Amino acid sequence: MAFEMTPRFSSKDAVVCRGVGKTWAAGTKRAHEALRDIDLDIKPGEFVVFLGPSGCGKSTLLYLIAGLEDATEGRIWSFSEEVETPSPERSLIFQETSLFPWLTVWQNVSFGLSIRGASQEERRSVAAEALQRVGLIAAMDKRPDELSGGMRQRVAVARALAMRPKVLLMDEPFAALDVQTRARMQEFLLDVWRDSGASVLFVTHHIDEAVALADRVVVFTSRPGRIKTIVPVDLPRPRNLFSREAEAMRIQLTELLRDEVDRAFAEQEAFAVPA
Amino acid sequence: MAVVTRDGDTATAAGASRPAAASRPMASRLFASRLFSSMAGLDLLARIWWTCLSISLFAGLWEFCWAMGWADPKLLPPPHIFLGNIAEQGKFFNTATRWQVGSSMTEGPSAFESVLITAGATTARVFVGLVLASVLAIGVGVLVRYHRVFDRLVLPTITLLSPVSPIAWLPVAIFLFGIGNAPAIFMVVVALFFHMVLATINQIDGVNGNLINVARTMGASKPQIYARVIVPAILPGMLAVLRLNLFGAWMVVLVAESTGVGYGIGQVIMLARNTFNPSLVFFTIAIIGVLGFVFDWLLRIAQRRILYWLPDTTERLRGL
Ligand SMILES: Nc1ncnc2c1ncn2[C@@H]1O[C@H](COP(=O)(O)OP(=O)(O)OP(=O)(O)O)[C@@H](O)[C@H]1O
Ligand SMILES: [Mg+2]
Repeated sequence: MAFEMTPRFSSKDAVVCRGVGKTWAAGTKRAHEALRDIDLDIKPGEFVVFLGPSGCGKSTLLYLIAGLEDATEGRIWSFSEEVETPSPERSLIFQETSLFPWLTVWQNVSFGLSIRGASQEERRSVAAEALQRVGLIAAMDKRPDELSGGMRQRVAVARALAMRPKVLLMDEPFAALDVQTRARMQEFLLDVWRDSGASVLFVTHHIDEAVALADRVVVFTSRPGRIKTIVPVDLPRPRNLFSREAEAMRIQLTELLRDEVDRAFAEQEAFAVPA
Repeated sequence: MAVVTRDGDTATAAGASRPAAASRPMASRLFASRLFSSMAGLDLLARIWWTCLSISLFAGLWEFCWAMGWADPKLLPPPHIFLGNIAEQGKFFNTATRWQVGSSMTEGPSAFESVLITAGATTARVFVGLVLASVLAIGVGVLVRYHRVFDRLVLPTITLLSPVSPIAWLPVAIFLFGIGNAPAIFMVVVALFFHMVLATINQIDGVNGNLINVARTMGASKPQIYARVIVPAILPGMLAVLRLNLFGAWMVVLVAESTGVGYGIGQVIMLARNTFNPSLVFFTIAIIGVLGFVFDWLLRIAQRRILYWLPDTTERLRGL
């Protein structure tokens, strides 16, 4: 996994952000700057984790890269094409579960294929394969309502994988899982990542998770989110998370985050008490 | 099982075949258990029992008041009087047939048949009006959100007309359609349409944005998003709106019929009023009650069929 510490424009990169900014409700009284001056290059096959205080704009950045929202500043490219609309090449897994309640698990997983008009047999076999990977093959014919929160999130992962995306955007996908399941899901995600060769952009609040997964960790400032620093994680894979290097990494990231979280809280409190 | 044969991997095949094979017997077993299990049967019996008890209590109270001499049988005839003589009551039903030139009292349908024909005619008008109004309203509501120009052109008028009482449309119904089925159905449609358009738009705006975004990232086009995400997502809300508006539909159809628009239960009520016949009034009320009850029950069944994915929440608050 080759990567450079200094971002450099390259048209073959999986994602390139240049001067990206987002102001929600721009031009109105409720204008709200969420992101400012984001420059970011993500190589094909790279695993990048976004770390930052709550509300700093991590989800917003994923939305912009997915093409679901338009940036108010700057430009975004993916594989040398400018991002203007959503594309099946960039799958987004949302922070909240977002399965279609009226479809069964396997129909949810193969929704993207049905959009393309694939036959029922093909859809079912692709869904079965994707569900196999998340360990939910037995739940194939259930409805989302009948699943636990963690199971639903795994179905969402399977649904994104079934699209065979080149860029996988994941917004805190494992936040609702218990520690054991989360560890399993991380291993599984690393397997999938290695097999598929896709780039992964992964948002998390968990420093452990960042250290376990990332090639690089992008640390954000509090709102408006800017890139505070990008920390390369030079630990060999498979990783020993109890090694001294891993521990040092966690301490470094914790320090980096603490200031920003303090600042975010101070700001949000000032926000709550009208001056 | 195409899933298995297409996939060379035995682990996948073994894994995949299990739920697929299990699902079919499971589905049929579930169906059987719903229909025949003694629990479900008992449940249904219990519900019928409670319904009967509830009605008997009400009727009993009324009969008691009559027996004690508190309720004047000329003004408030108890159930055994107004339900006792269907032949007598039936004379007033289906008068349209009777009053045809050349028909005498003894010709034409029997009293019981007359009641059925009249009640059936009214029910059919409500049903047709309901279906027409729903299809039109959902169609227009979806179009309003789909096309911006359509929105701008149509929505102001709909918003303007929606608070107009359906009764105000009655003359229009008669101007446009004269007498017969059409004006009564028109009244039902008018009574429901505007509210339901606004409700549809409301429901569309309330659809979870993530679901739409999921479809967008998977490359769904605008029509696909509407057909596969928005319409299924608003169906539960729309059926609830429909059930709430059922009452309005019944009210309006009776008004339409009572003003000489065709024949039907509304006309019988009018007749009863004009001839000062309390017994007939209560008989008609009983029929309307039963019809409304059955209608709501059928709609609830349809709702459960169409919205198979919604969990049954009727018992959720019982344990509190
Ligand atoms: N649709 C929206 N409209 C207006 N403002 C929004 C919208 N979505 C997010 N915001 C604002 O943008 C800022 C960034 O939100 P975002 O959801 O990207 O944060 P986040 O980093 O993902 O936070 P968390 O870690 O809590 O999920 C927040 O201050 C939020 O209030
Ligand atoms: Mg977020």
